[in-house]
Amino acid sequence: MRIEYKKKIDYLFKGFLLLTGLISILVTIAIVIVLIDDTVNFFIHPEGGGFPTSVIRFFSETEWTPTFVNKKIGIWPLLCGTFLIAFIAMAISIPLGLLIAVYLSEFAPHSLRESVKPWLDFLEAVPTVVYGYFALLGVTPILQWIFRFFGIEVQGMNALSPGIVLGVMILPFTASLVEDSLRGVPQYLREAAYSLGATKLQTAFQVVIPAARSGILAAYLLGASRAIGETMVVAIAAGMYPNLTLNPLEPVQTITGYIVQVALGDLPFGSFEYLSIFAAGFMLFIVTLFFNLLALYFKSKMERY
Amino acid sequence: MTEEIKLKVENFNFYYDSFLALKNINISIYKNRVTAIIGPSGCGKSTLLRSFNRMHDLYEGTRYEGSIILYPDGINIVSRTVDPLYIRMRIGMVFQKPNPFPKSIFENVAYGLRIKGITNKTELADRVEKALKDAALWEEVKDRLNENAYSLSGGQQQRLCIARAIAPEPEILLFDEPTSALDPISTGKIEDLIVELKTKITIVIVTHNMQQAARISDYTAFMYLGELIEFDRTEKLFTNPSKKLTEDYISGRFG
Repeated sequence: MRIEYKKKIDYLFKGFLLLTGLISILVTIAIVIVLIDDTVNFFIHPEGGGFPTSVIRFFSETEWTPTFVNKKIGIWPLLCGTFLIAFIAMAISIPLGLLIAVYLSEFAPHSLRESVKPWLDFLEAVPTVVYGYFALLGVTPILQWIFRFFGIEVQGMNALSPGIVLGVMILPFTASLVEDSLRGVPQYLREAAYSLGATKLQTAFQVVIPAARSGILAAYLLGASRAIGETMVVAIAAGMYPNLTLNPLEPVQTITGYIVQVALGDLPFGSFEYLSIFAAGFMLFIVTLFFNLLALYFKSKMERY
Repeated sequence: MTEEIKLKVENFNFYYDSFLALKNINISIYKNRVTAIIGPSGCGKSTLLRSFNRMHDLYEGTRYEGSIILYPDGINIVSRTVDPLYIRMRIGMVFQKPNPFPKSIFENVAYGLRIKGITNKTELADRVEKALKDAALWEEVKDRLNENAYSLSGGQQQRLCIARAIAPEPEILLFDEPTSALDPISTGKIEDLIVELKTKITIVIVTHNMQQAARISDYTAFMYLGELIEFDRTEKLFTNPSKKLTEDYISGRFG
C-alpha cells in the first residue's frame, strides 16, 4: 500500500519535472519560430525589393538605413560594429582572464581563492547599464585625454570604450570558466611536472594550460558569444551610427544597439522598419549560435581524466 | 658486506597541520639497492616517500622535522635552505597511476631535460632514446614518437613515465605503488625494469603488495601507524622478522 503510494508520488514528480523542462524548450522553439517568421516577412516585404532581391541586398549593400527614406539594408555595418567591439572585448578578456584564472587556480592560497570567487560572481551581477554609463562617462573621457597626447581626437561615441568595458565586464565570466577548466586538470599531472623539478610557473603554462586547452577555448567562445550579444553597454557608449569601419575610435552600431534603437521608437507594427530588427536579430542569433556550438564542440573534446 | 648509504633519514617527523603523520623515522637507503616500504593503508609509507623529494611542499599545512641527508654531498633534503626544485632534479618519482602529460611521447620524456635547460636537439633526441631504451619501451614506440602519449596502453604509459623520470638521470628514483593500476603482465615488466634500473639508480618503492616487495627489493621497511616498525634485508624480514607486528602483517593477520 505505502509503496504503491510512494510510486505514484514518484511518477507525478517525474512528470512535473519533465513539464518544466519542456516549457523552457518550447519557449526557445517559439522564439526561434517568431524570429524566423518575421525575418521571412522582412525579406518578402516590397520595400526591401522582395525575395530574392532583398537577400542579395542584405549581403551586398554596404549601408544599413532601413529607417531612412532611402532604404539600404546591407547587414555588414552592423556585423562589423558587432565584431569590432567583440574583438576589442576579447583582446582584453582573453589575456586577463587567463592570468586571473591561472593565479586563482595555481598560485593563490586556498583562503584567498575562496574569498575572491564570490566577488567574481558579484561583478557578474552588476547591471549592464552601469557598465554602459561607466564606458560613456568614465572610460571615453580618459581615452580622449590619452589620445589627445598623440594629436588624435576621439569621438564621444566610439567602439574602443565600450569594447574595453565589455572586456572587463565579461572578465569574471571568462576567468571563472577558465579557472574551472584549469582546476579540472588532475593534480597528478601537476605532480608529474613538479617531480621533474618544474617551477609553479612552468607547470602552469607548460602542463596545466595545455592540458585544459579545450575547456579554455570553450570558455573564450562562450565569452565571445556574450560580448556579441551584449546590448546595454554598446547601446549607450558605441553610438547609433551603422558604420562600416574597423577604426575603433569611430562611432559604430552593433546589431543589439540597432535593435534597441528601433524598438524604443514608435514604429508601426509589421512595417518594414519594424521587421528589420528581426532580420538583424536573426543574424545575431546565427552568429551566437555558431559560437555556442563551437564552444560545445570544444567542451565535448575536453580531455576527461 | 658493506653498503654505501645514499639517503639517511634521522629523527624525522612529519606533520599534516597538527597531525603527526610520521613519528621519529630512522632509516638508511642504500645506494644501487631496491628498498621497499610496506605497511597497511594509512601507515605513512607514501608520506615518507613523498618527503624524499619534498612533494609535500606543494600543499599547505605540511611540516618536516629532523633530517634526511642525501649523500655523497651530505645535504639535508628537508632543510628550508635547500631548494626543492634542485632536490627533485636529483630524485625522480613515478606515481601510482600512469600520469603522462597530454603531449607527444617524445615531449613527455624530453620534459625533464628541457626543464634542466637542455635545448640542443640532437642531445634531446639522444637522451630521449636512451631513456626509452632504459625503460624497455623504445622498440614499441620508436616509430610513433610524435603520437600522443594517451595512445599507449596503461602499462606502456607507466613505462613512459619511468622513461620520463630517468631521462634527467636522477640519483634516486621513487616509486609510489607503480603497478597498482596495472595488469599482471604489465606489472611483471615494470618489476623486471626496476631490478634492472638499480644498477644505475638507487630505488625506493612503496607497495601494498608484499609479494612484489619480496620479489624485487633488497631491503624492506615495514611501517605501521606512522612508525617504522622494522627495517632489514628483504630476505630476513620476510623469513625471520624480529618484531611480532611485522610477522603478523606479512603472514596476513591484519592489514
